Amino acid sequence: MACVNPDGTISPSASALLKILEEPLSPGEIAGKLGQPLFRVRISLREMTEAGFIEQKEDKYAITEAGREKI
Amino acid sequence: MCSNEEEKKIGFPRLGEPAPQFEAVTTQGKLKLEDFKGSWLVMFSHPADFTPVCTTEFIAFAQLHENLREMNCELMGLSIDSVYSHIAWARTIEEKFGVKISFPIIADLNKEVASLYGMVMPGESKTETSRCLFIIDDKQILRAMIYYPLSTGRNTDEVTRVIQGLQATDKNGIATPANWRPGDKVIVPPPQTQEIAEQRVKDESVECTDWFFCMKKLD
Repeated sequence: MACVNPDGTISPSASALLKILEEPLSPGEIAGKLGQPLFRVRISLREMTEAGFIEQKEDKYAITEAGREKI
Repeated sequence: MCSNEEEKKIGFPRLGEPAPQFEAVTTQGKLKLEDFKGSWLVMFSHPADFTPVCTTEFIAFAQLHENLREMNCELMGLSIDSVYSHIAWARTIEEKFGVKISFPIIADLNKEVASLYGMVMPGESKTETSRCLFIIDDKQILRAMIYYPLSTGRNTDEVTRVIQGLQATDKNGIATPANWRPGDKVIVPPPQTQEIAEQRVKDESVECTDWFFCMKKLD
């Protein structure tokens, strides 16, 4: 896993992602803010959504309560 | 026939058709080919980690990566090795050669992607991928394929040149001649009717050697 380790801890890039998602953002906006290529953002969003740390609202993503506990 | 092994689909992708989709474990997490939509992608296979020709290629591709990004193009490697082997090899390349590998590398241990794209050449090796390279455009259409044998390292200048040519074609509706480089004259597509052929030879904006062979400079 790129973002979430087996012990439940998260990577520095995952932490940076969670911190900017208090405000719902699209994948393109996230890529711009983090300075990451879009494909990497898409990988992280899928992983973090599956882990329950973020949720998709239409075409944007926002942090969940479980995500806030990880910051 | 006693084998109950699942038969793998051995594919050979075709130019101009959608690139075969897959999901794979990489050094940057589990990704899907569709994650690259919107950018071009160079996907290349190498025979094995910790081998000398592949090491020289990885250094060359890593040095090309930033130029590719300026062309809206990402890069991804692949071999039939584990993700741990890829991570160790990338760390060794950085430690011994001072080059950071910043693109993902697929750990294709079950040969799923290799089979889908026809990367294993049994005449060379049944257990390794040959030096195959696929250029996939921003709409995920396969635009070019280059296959090299195990013994021969690739030329990354040619990879750049092919992408520049394809992007110039898409932008301007032209074709590119042999050994074309950006700045050189390009080929105007041949006329499809006699009427257009007659117009073409009188067109002063293009240089025609004959009605079917006209070139021009791009602006």
